[in-house]
Amino acid sequence: MVSLVSFFFLIAPVVCTCYYHVTFNPIEIEPFSFTENTTFGYGELLMSMTTILQHCLTGISLGGAYALIAIGYTLVYGILRLINFAHGDIFMMAGYFMIFALASFPWPVAIIITLVVTTVMGIGIEKFAYKPLRNAPRMSIMISAIGVSYLLQNLSTYIFTAIPRGYPELPYLKRIFRIGELSASFVTILTPILTIILVIILMILVNKTKTGMAMRAVSKDFETAKLMGINIDRIVSVTFAIGSLLAGVGSILYFTDRMSVTPFSGTLPGLKCFVAAVFGGIGNIPGAVVGGFFIGIVETLLIALGYSTFSDAFTFLLLIIMLLIKPTGLFGEKNVEKV
Amino acid sequence: MNNILLKTEHITMQFGGVVAVDDLNIEIPEGRITALIGPNGAGKTTAFNVITGGYQPTNGKVTFDGQVIGENYPRSKMKKIYNGTYRTLNEHQVINTPDKITRLGMARTFQNIRLFKDLTVFENVLIAKHCHIKAGMLRSAFRLNKAEELMMNQEADKLLHTIDLHMHRDEKASSLPYGKQRKLEIARALATGPKLLLLDEPAAGMNPKETEELALFIQEIKESFSLTIFLIEHHMDLVMNISDKIYVLDYGKTIAQGSANEVQNDPAVIMAYLGVEEE
Amino acid sequence: MNSKRNTLLTTISFVLAIVFLYWLSANRLQHGMLVSVLQKGVIFALVAVSMNLLNGFTGLFSLGQAGFMSIGAYTTAILIIPVKSLDGVYYMNGVHPFIRAMKMLIADSPAFIQSVFPFIALLLGGLLAAGIAAIVGVAVLRLKSDYLAIATLGLSEIVRAIFSSPNFDQITNGSYGLNKIPNFPEMAWGLIPSLLTPFIVVGVCIAFILLLINSSYGRAFKAIREDEIAAEAMGINLFKHKSMSFVVSSFFSAIAGGLLAMYMRSIEAKTFSIPLTYDILLIVVIGGIGSVSGSIISAFLVTAAKEWWLRFFDQPLFFGDWQVPLFRTGFRMVIFSILLMVVVLVYRKGLMGSNEFSWDRLLGRFKRTGKSEGGRA
Repeated sequence: MVSLVSFFFLIAPVVCTCYYHVTFNPIEIEPFSFTENTTFGYGELLMSMTTILQHCLTGISLGGAYALIAIGYTLVYGILRLINFAHGDIFMMAGYFMIFALASFPWPVAIIITLVVTTVMGIGIEKFAYKPLRNAPRMSIMISAIGVSYLLQNLSTYIFTAIPRGYPELPYLKRIFRIGELSASFVTILTPILTIILVIILMILVNKTKTGMAMRAVSKDFETAKLMGINIDRIVSVTFAIGSLLAGVGSILYFTDRMSVTPFSGTLPGLKCFVAAVFGGIGNIPGAVVGGFFIGIVETLLIALGYSTFSDAFTFLLLIIMLLIKPTGLFGEKNVEKV
Repeated sequence: MNNILLKTEHITMQFGGVVAVDDLNIEIPEGRITALIGPNGAGKTTAFNVITGGYQPTNGKVTFDGQVIGENYPRSKMKKIYNGTYRTLNEHQVINTPDKITRLGMARTFQNIRLFKDLTVFENVLIAKHCHIKAGMLRSAFRLNKAEELMMNQEADKLLHTIDLHMHRDEKASSLPYGKQRKLEIARALATGPKLLLLDEPAAGMNPKETEELALFIQEIKESFSLTIFLIEHHMDLVMNISDKIYVLDYGKTIAQGSANEVQNDPAVIMAYLGVEEE
Repeated sequence: MNSKRNTLLTTISFVLAIVFLYWLSANRLQHGMLVSVLQKGVIFALVAVSMNLLNGFTGLFSLGQAGFMSIGAYTTAILIIPVKSLDGVYYMNGVHPFIRAMKMLIADSPAFIQSVFPFIALLLGGLLAAGIAAIVGVAVLRLKSDYLAIATLGLSEIVRAIFSSPNFDQITNGSYGLNKIPNFPEMAWGLIPSLLTPFIVVGVCIAFILLLINSSYGRAFKAIREDEIAAEAMGINLFKHKSMSFVVSSFFSAIAGGLLAMYMRSIEAKTFSIPLTYDILLIVVIGGIGSVSGSIISAFLVTAAKEWWLRFFDQPLFFGDWQVPLFRTGFRMVIFSILLMVVVLVYRKGLMGSNEFSWDRLLGRFKRTGKSEGGRA
């Protein structure tokens, strides 16, 4: 079958080109070439150091938000072995919550409300859509996750309409700073710092507290942890709560930079962050952070170079390559499957 | 008659730092029943998985019917942490997937029954016949291999008759009682047309009477399908009654080998095997 | 006796369906909505069945259907857009000279070739997708369950990015998409009107998939779904069989994509984004994972409900002066998502479970309900 296909696609151009020559005898046929991208020139290839730094700064900021979302994926996958397809949509919903909260409350209250509502929603989704399927085949629970994602998207299209909504500006966040020739808004600088602080807190939580120990136990062996008297439902809820909370923080940082929210603005960032989690080694928190920053920076650089259509595709290419070369990710542990 | 059908040389299987099977040397003569026994965690199933291609051995060589089907030596990371007693000098590698080995004429059953649960008894057997299909996908889909398909069906039916499962032909495999599921698994393995049949704890979960029947059944199929049988077992009665030769494994090491009598009286075996039982 | 009766019933319903389609073709103007729902339904039936072949019969959770559909749709569309419309379609960036040359070659070919060319275009789209699936499968099919899902989802996004990229806009027309795609062709010198074409193409394709599923290879697929390790121990080469299933499924997804291009008359890369795959998954889940007839029935039901029956959810509804709350744009999709969640959480088996349609079952159900009603009376 492959040979047949390749035959067609090798022979057809030759035949057609010959035919074209014979019949119409045109002056000159251009060699098979694709059009140059207009925004891309050699001048821009040699970007100045400042421009590169500027883009890196943007990339780091984007990467910080990605890292926060990726942690949610990695935690949930570590515990339930489930790709929480709805996670990206929780992040999107958090964007809408912020818009509405800020319309009627001062910003510190609005932020707290947004984070609380997002966290509650995360826990609610788990209770409603994943808990009844704990013992179902893995495909069912994944379909359920897709179903929740579908529901959240359609629900927000219905409630908020598909027209992009402007994201409100928080005070201080958009103030521009200048360091030499570089300029950056406060949020750009805040994002990576906040991300790292949150990750450190989370690491302390996971490694030093009793709940953290239980989380690690559940992710190592679900059944045994259950037998050891760990309250699985509570641990799963805590996991979803942490994941959603971080997605909420990530959402505020991300949308402040992007300035608008649509019902579909969670899908792609969501999938990218899952890739980030896989890249760093699923189940591994620092891995997810590294993955998030890496994808954020590369994506920004690709856009800067004029390959914006391929910036999404790049992420998935990275995923496929990573899964083939090192399926466990950068920092993941090896898991031998028993025959 | 005494042609060696399967031979393992210095098989060592190491997971990380744990040596599950250490320097295993087995010879299985054609037409005989050979058994591998040992306490829990002795590495019996691991040895099985190495032989059938499920695992690639860390070191050693498996020869089946005069053909090397698996060979390896400690490489890359394993070179440093290799803990096996036998160090090979021969740096050669042969990798075969389980399906290839099955097609060469070695079939197995599983310790925890692995039937195709949602399919019928007949389909279970028929699927095992698929491995020798000659027609390609398109020919098979357009039913251009009627003769072959018909033969597969007839053989599967015949097999079900021989092993006395034909009355359950169209029932779901999962609806059979436990003992019959075991039997069906053996039938399925037989359907691949093996020379060597590997049984992984065929009597697990059976009462003494069922075990006795199973012993008879194994001898029966050995004769009627002219098989060589290699089995892992816990039930000492079964093993002692039907095996021509027994290997005893403990902590991955072969501690004794010989006929049933020889093994039973071996002090090392009594220490390792019966000693454990007394506790 | 039962089998005779069943054959008779099948034949009768088949003939009735064809007669109905001819009647519809003659009166297509009055029944525009019905025609479009049926055609779209039958196209989605093919994608759903081919997705089911992978997910339900081989146990490979793949979400790459939209990507392969887009390959089929673009290939078919590029091949069948008439020469005279080329400049209109590619008005922004111009058309690649190779494509123009190829089109002129086709336009100058004998009438017979021209009349079957749309089918050749569909086939080429399918073959291209199958080839790509065969190559990509080498890499992707080594992955397990959810990794496979996300990798195939990513794959379809990569395909979409390539189609919408400005670097290939002389071929794919970049983000502008392609339009002026001719509608379904007629078959058999006009004896079969164009309205019936998608039904016949899809019928042939699904018949093939059914034959495959019931062949020895189909059984091997099911064995892989049930237990990979046992299947491998039974001598089934996992990779070979998985890639067969993947290639066949991609081939038919691409054919369905090509038909979709003919149906919609204009396509853009955005059509084939992730929500399309989710829509197909919805059809498969509602129909029952592992049931071909379930997928077909559910494809028609879902399409009809979505495009037609449930449209009223999106319109404001009035009782006298009182406006029913909730009814406005987007409500229909909310209902749909809730429906999906109900099926996933409560009726996990979907319409058909993993059973196939059979007359005995259908008639049995009628008899049973008839009896119980009789009993009550």
